[in-house]
Amino acid sequence: MPELDALSEIKAAVPPDEPEFQQKEMLLNIGPAHPAMHGIIRIMTKLEGELVVESEVEIGYLHRAFEKSCEESTWNQAIIYTDRLNYVSSPINNVGYCMAVEKLLGLELPPRGQYIRTLLCEIARISDHLTCVGASAMELGGFTVFLYMIKGREYLWELIEEYCGARVTTMTTRVGGMPYDLPEGWLDKCLWVVKEIREILNECDILLTNNRIFVERMENIAIMPAERAIAWGWTGPCLRGSGVAYDVRKDFPYLVYDQLDWEVPVGRRGDNLDRYLVRMAEMEQSCRIIEQCVARIPGGPVSCDNKRVVLPDKKDTYGNIEGLMNHFKLIMYGHGIRVPEGEVYFPVEGGNGELGFYIVSHPDEHSKDGCNDRAWRVRCRPPCFTTVASLQEMINGYMVADIVPTFGSINMIGGELDR
Amino acid sequence: MSKFPEHIAIEKAHPTAVLDWHERFGDRTMIVEAKQIVEIVRILKDAFGYDMLVDLTCVDYLPRRPRFEMVYHFLNVESKTRLRVKAQLEESNARIPTLTGLYPIADWFEREVWDLFGIKFEGHTNLKRIMLYEEFEGHPLRKDYPKTKRQPLMGPQN
Repeated sequence: MPELDALSEIKAAVPPDEPEFQQKEMLLNIGPAHPAMHGIIRIMTKLEGELVVESEVEIGYLHRAFEKSCEESTWNQAIIYTDRLNYVSSPINNVGYCMAVEKLLGLELPPRGQYIRTLLCEIARISDHLTCVGASAMELGGFTVFLYMIKGREYLWELIEEYCGARVTTMTTRVGGMPYDLPEGWLDKCLWVVKEIREILNECDILLTNNRIFVERMENIAIMPAERAIAWGWTGPCLRGSGVAYDVRKDFPYLVYDQLDWEVPVGRRGDNLDRYLVRMAEMEQSCRIIEQCVARIPGGPVSCDNKRVVLPDKKDTYGNIEGLMNHFKLIMYGHGIRVPEGEVYFPVEGGNGELGFYIVSHPDEHSKDGCNDRAWRVRCRPPCFTTVASLQEMINGYMVADIVPTFGSINMIGGELDR
Repeated sequence: MSKFPEHIAIEKAHPTAVLDWHERFGDRTMIVEAKQIVEIVRILKDAFGYDMLVDLTCVDYLPRRPRFEMVYHFLNVESKTRLRVKAQLEESNARIPTLTGLYPIADWFEREVWDLFGIKFEGHTNLKRIMLYEEFEGHPLRKDYPKTKRQPLMGPQN
């Protein structure tokens, strides 16, 4: 065997305790598209054996100019771009953007609309967490868990589909309200889905939390102390995994969250296992929220009755001249929703943490009334931007094989990170 | 309206640093001198516990002068208070000191603002593009960036 002979020759030439031969560092690129990654991101690592000694993270592969597009379209048209931010939980993005514009307009939804939004947000949150935990489990060999969780996500997306006709690109809110009321029997189906989700969570809990391989690969890996997590601007399940009980739904309540009975789960160590446990506990809390919403949802309209913002009913648009004119005024370019000059920041709790929209309305040279029919600037504060920024600090000093579970635990979503 | 406690404390140390302050739509905002941003934020962080830099961005108000406005959102995680700090920049001197010494996350936020708006951050050690590639020309979120402009095609040319 000539190859083996060559190898033994090299081995003979190098003394076994030669320091240079022992300490050789290797550069390893992971990504931009890697089978074990949840998106396109490049991690450049410097390895010493299997240990990561230095690393750099590079993003931007999915940049779609979200913020620029929002400046070019009217207030309601921009909602469709927000779908694609966190594409696993689009309703939360829709709600966040719309509520920021509503804050600028000074509108408040009638109770039924608020309950519907809360329901959709929690359905989206469970589907987000299911995807994250399921994918992380699959990467560590738990393919069954992934299939079970995707089955659960399927039920949730069917609910969303039944409400708005789409599964992922939902565009389910409008400025000033909701486009339609709930379909018949939807609330009963909600309760059935919650029951199914609880069963799935139980099954997966048994499969993962009692699994030695899973636990040992997650425990004490990529530890982030609370102080450091705050300095990095972490929010959401990752921050709560580090032991800080900060949740936008509790601390800056919006919709009907402050009227419901639920808790904020927190971890202690801030390692991968804690982030997983927090997500599992949060899904249970979301189930509780959904059940309470179903029990308490009141009747009445789903949109506010401001004719300058909300489109008239279809029967009015096609049935009388007032409705037709009203519809035209809201649809035509240069008319539409007129938002007065100002700026607001509105945070909601997204699947990954604080999803904030900083929206500026500023009259341009064509404006006669000091208002504008489109945003001057829409800034989305993506929750996973801050966690990915600290990724290098988390993986340095651990093994190459730890990169995958760590990356899974911070739940990077490309659409939201790169926008 | 009455001054914020943050404003009073900053004024004590730097009398001319705060230019304006207001509370609109429930958001408290302070407009400060751009050159002194690091000293001001240090007071906010040490004395008022604004330990999280939630967001950092920029707004282009072309043709108004000063043209750019840097917007910082701070959060006190303990007491759950928020504060927005703004600093205005002239187009001819679009630069502001970096906050990377106070908040590690400012590193990426500032790189993003540099990439999309072309604001220089003095003292930033690694100020390079983050969303777009190095060969990209111009800063696309500026209002005068031509929307239909084509950029050079990178990669292998067959």
